[in-house]
Amino acid sequence: MKTLSRFFCLLTLILSATACQKSENVLLIGEYGSLTGGTATFGQSSHKGTQLALDEINAQGGLLGKKVKIITEDDQSRPEEAKTAVLKLIKQNGVISVLGEVASSRSLAAAPECQKAKIPMVSPASTNPKVTEVGDYIFRACFVDTFQGEAMAKFAFNTLHAKKVAVLKDIKNDYSVGLDEFFEKTFKDLGGEIVGVESYSEGDIEFRAQLTSLRSKTPDAVYVPGYYTEVGLIARQARELGITVPLLGGDGWDSAKTLEIGGKAVNDCYFTNHYASDDPSPTVQGFIAKFKKKYGETPDAMAVLGYDSAGILFDAIKRAGSGDPAKIRDALATTKDFPGVSGNITMDENRNAKKRIVVLKIENGAVTFSEAMNP
Amino acid sequence: MTEFLQQLVNGLEWGSIYALIALGYTMVYGVLRLINFAHGDVYMIGAMVSYYAARKLAAASISMGGLQFPILLALSMIACAALGALIERVAYRPLRKAPRLSVLITAIGVSLLLEYGGQLLFGADPKFFPELIPNAPLFTFDGVTINRIQCLILAISLLLMLVLRFVVMKTKVGKAMRAVSFSHTASQFVGIDVDRVITVTFLIGSSLAGAAGVLVALANPKIDPLMGIMPGLKAFVAAVLGGIGSIPGALLGGYLMGLAETFVVAYISSTYRDALAFVLLIAILLLRPSGLLGKAIKEKV
Repeated sequence: MKTLSRFFCLLTLILSATACQKSENVLLIGEYGSLTGGTATFGQSSHKGTQLALDEINAQGGLLGKKVKIITEDDQSRPEEAKTAVLKLIKQNGVISVLGEVASSRSLAAAPECQKAKIPMVSPASTNPKVTEVGDYIFRACFVDTFQGEAMAKFAFNTLHAKKVAVLKDIKNDYSVGLDEFFEKTFKDLGGEIVGVESYSEGDIEFRAQLTSLRSKTPDAVYVPGYYTEVGLIARQARELGITVPLLGGDGWDSAKTLEIGGKAVNDCYFTNHYASDDPSPTVQGFIAKFKKKYGETPDAMAVLGYDSAGILFDAIKRAGSGDPAKIRDALATTKDFPGVSGNITMDENRNAKKRIVVLKIENGAVTFSEAMNP
Repeated sequence: MTEFLQQLVNGLEWGSIYALIALGYTMVYGVLRLINFAHGDVYMIGAMVSYYAARKLAAASISMGGLQFPILLALSMIACAALGALIERVAYRPLRKAPRLSVLITAIGVSLLLEYGGQLLFGADPKFFPELIPNAPLFTFDGVTINRIQCLILAISLLLMLVLRFVVMKTKVGKAMRAVSFSHTASQFVGIDVDRVITVTFLIGSSLAGAAGVLVALANPKIDPLMGIMPGLKAFVAAVLGGIGSIPGALLGGYLMGLAETFVVAYISSTYRDALAFVLLIAILLLRPSGLLGKAIKEKV
């Protein structure tokens, strides 16, 4: 027993020594995302975008004369795991900043840890306003749901001329609940009527009861501000029940899987997003070409934002001229007119990016640009 | 009224599924007095087997026209029957003389093995079942839509239940099953091979769960290794509701469960969907523990 305990003490010492080793010529950045689980494409896409940015920056000689290294953790699409992942990155790996997450619920789980440890966190695509409200070390590279909900409400009312809209939201998802709140508020202010609100939980596969209920209210459109896995199934079941009006959604729809799962059911549907792949701007097309070359597929908004969030972080480190998290935070806060693929990024006083939003239409199995709105 | 009728149709669809799974629970309880907790995961295996088989067929470009679905259904039913018999042989038979609690714990163990083994084998990410039968509204009257797949589920479930009724009531094997449910010792006295009857029970029950798995995969194409937990639990509650050990009870319980769930989601709130099953379980155990169709057996002490 004495030898055993001595052995364990030795082992612990050795392990802690190696863990404490801080490489002097590498900048360690953490990344956490949902590489597996229910919303796996979110994490996988943003990871691909971030990796592309990483390869580019290292090809240019790194930052501050050092190589940049990103340590990636998978949170399995679960908020509890997001918190654990971030704690590991901060405490065990000693990263100077964290990139993540796409899903607002998971960002909300991890942000308090980053704020407590005073390590800047840049979320690529979390749109719930509460994320940056956690503290002054939390940033995002995208717009917020107050803007997103408003944009879709205006589009529905003004462009689609929908006067009555029904809502089917994900009650367990902060993003969905928040986005719906802002949508309903603007839609009602414009003079529209919310004829029915039903809810489901992330992971459900059966929505016919809720859809039947909404069908009886004869809406002009149905707002489904959820994530792509459920959206695909909801669209199918809605069409099976004879609901033919357009379905509307938010950036949670953005995934190749939406079309795969939804098939014909998602035709004639619209969703708000961060970028359009058929945008003729040379920045966008240039990025798409680079991405296609490396991965062989067209990037979705999460990939673009993964790239942009890494971009603004690297830019901030350069401007800060140091690997000190506090200085990086200050530099991030003064990000102005950063030329991102998803648009010009300027941090406002709440550490949210002021950017334009696009409305995309799904038609004949393809996603096309419909309309753009500026803040 | 339209809405109510539509909800009724929706409820019957899931009711059929719960009934099919509940039959397996009730039959096994009848012959072994064991709640086979692994049953819900056999349902999941049914869905997975047909998923991989469908993919293999598509990859080999073998088109069987309209026969693809019946073949996959038969394949899953056979695979699940084999799995059920295997579980019985390996996990439950050695514990035949052991206290009931040991077998119960083993059943939970098998369930976990199938779930997490499935995650390792199939991957934890959800898979999407290919659209074998294009779904289209088949009947529409007065605003109520019944689509092809719903019809298929109802038809196949009823067919399987009728076949089961025939087997249990009109064949020698069925008679033997009823005898073993009554008493193991007495059955042995009249020359019934109890082991074989138990194996047959598992074969039949598990094949029904497999069929349910394929039908659900068809209607709700998202499948993953943990998909059997909730339906398994609800079907168990359904079996208890109807009277565990009673086959008509399992049917009644299954349909009641499906309808109740749909109406709770439609008229109260979707958040209570899963909670309903447990509320019903508590209620039935408090008010009528032998179930709606079960017989209250008085034990003389």
